[in-house]
Amino acid sequence: MFKDIEHLIRLAAVIALALVAFVILRAAVVPLSFGQYGHYRGAAIGETASRPVAFAGHDTCEACHTDVVDQKKLGKHVVVACEACHGALAKHADDPGSVQPTKLDTALVCARCHEANSAKPKGFPQVATADHSGGLACDTCHQPHRPKIETAKSETERKK
Amino acid sequence: MDITRRRLLVLLPAAAMAWKYVLAGTPEAAPNYKLTEHWWGMLIDITKCIGCGSCVRACAEENDVPEGYYRTWIERYHVADWKIEKPEVESPDGGKNGFPPHADDGGKNFFVPKLCNHCVDSPCTQVCPVGATFITPDGVVLVDKSYCLGCRYCVQACPYGCRFLNPKTRTAEKCTLCYHRITKGLTTACCEVCPTGARQLADLKNPKDPIHEFLRTHTIQVLKPHMATGAKVFYNGMDGSVR
Repeated sequence: MFKDIEHLIRLAAVIALALVAFVILRAAVVPLSFGQYGHYRGAAIGETASRPVAFAGHDTCEACHTDVVDQKKLGKHVVVACEACHGALAKHADDPGSVQPTKLDTALVCARCHEANSAKPKGFPQVATADHSGGLACDTCHQPHRPKIETAKSETERKK
Repeated sequence: MDITRRRLLVLLPAAAMAWKYVLAGTPEAAPNYKLTEHWWGMLIDITKCIGCGSCVRACAEENDVPEGYYRTWIERYHVADWKIEKPEVESPDGGKNGFPPHADDGGKNFFVPKLCNHCVDSPCTQVCPVGATFITPDGVVLVDKSYCLGCRYCVQACPYGCRFLNPKTRTAEKCTLCYHRITKGLTTACCEVCPTGARQLADLKNPKDPIHEFLRTHTIQVLKPHMATGAKVFYNGMDGSVR
């Protein structure tokens, strides 16, 4: 019955060899973490997460700049994070001595939010800067961390 | 043991396989972060957006977004009351430098910030032929730069226009929901700098997150709900004319 089966054995050997070659090649080419969570390279999650941050976050700022935090608490800008105006400062937080933030141009920074535009919510304080200040920098009158101009009356009201 | 030619032939491939395991250490960026304990999304309150462009600038700085491309952007809608189905939409420089004053000729005017919706059933991950884009166990759609071929299938598949091909790396790029920040306990760059709180990062698996109270008590909509993408960027106060 099993006469002249040598050609079959050879064929089986070739197929087995091809199978082994495929398994070895696949193991060499497919990254180890592929399929860890799904049909993708699991290590890519860690790689994305390992990027350094540029914005330190307001909690970091408030750890040192408590005087500014106290000022902001008295006005509406308490909800505005430091880096919204001052820009990304994680490098400053890492090394406060050598990396210093630049002084802001209030005429530019304030107008970004407060320049009048019909699409802004109606309750949001807006001015046409050209008419409002006539080119003067905003911090001539307003203190940016506590922008409401305190008259003698409002000062006494606040103290009550 | 003498290294004969025969033994070397066996040893070399074995050593090569072992070395691969040595090299395959996963970079552990946030050791205390557990993938299964979060489910990320975002809340956008259109009634609070002032179109200042802070989010667009912060995103570009945080993520090195190339000039002229946007991972998040702001659109200004002008909807005249006689043609609700044809709103005028503009987004100069993605709203990066704010918006020029606009003649208020009646109708509605408002801003709509946009970004990747981190869809649960996202079309972009379904079309990727090589598994280079995927949704993580904590609900963020990411791109594996080292796996992406740059075939642009995903760019075409995204119904929200949130993807682009990075001109330098020639790979697909999109909002990562600042994955490198949220895994360290920070909020995204756009939410960090939003001066009015119009954008809020939301962890839907965290029962203490204020998102749950907000979703219960407000009229919430997602973009293109008819496409059943499972978008996780929730909009409050969104007009029906928004596309």
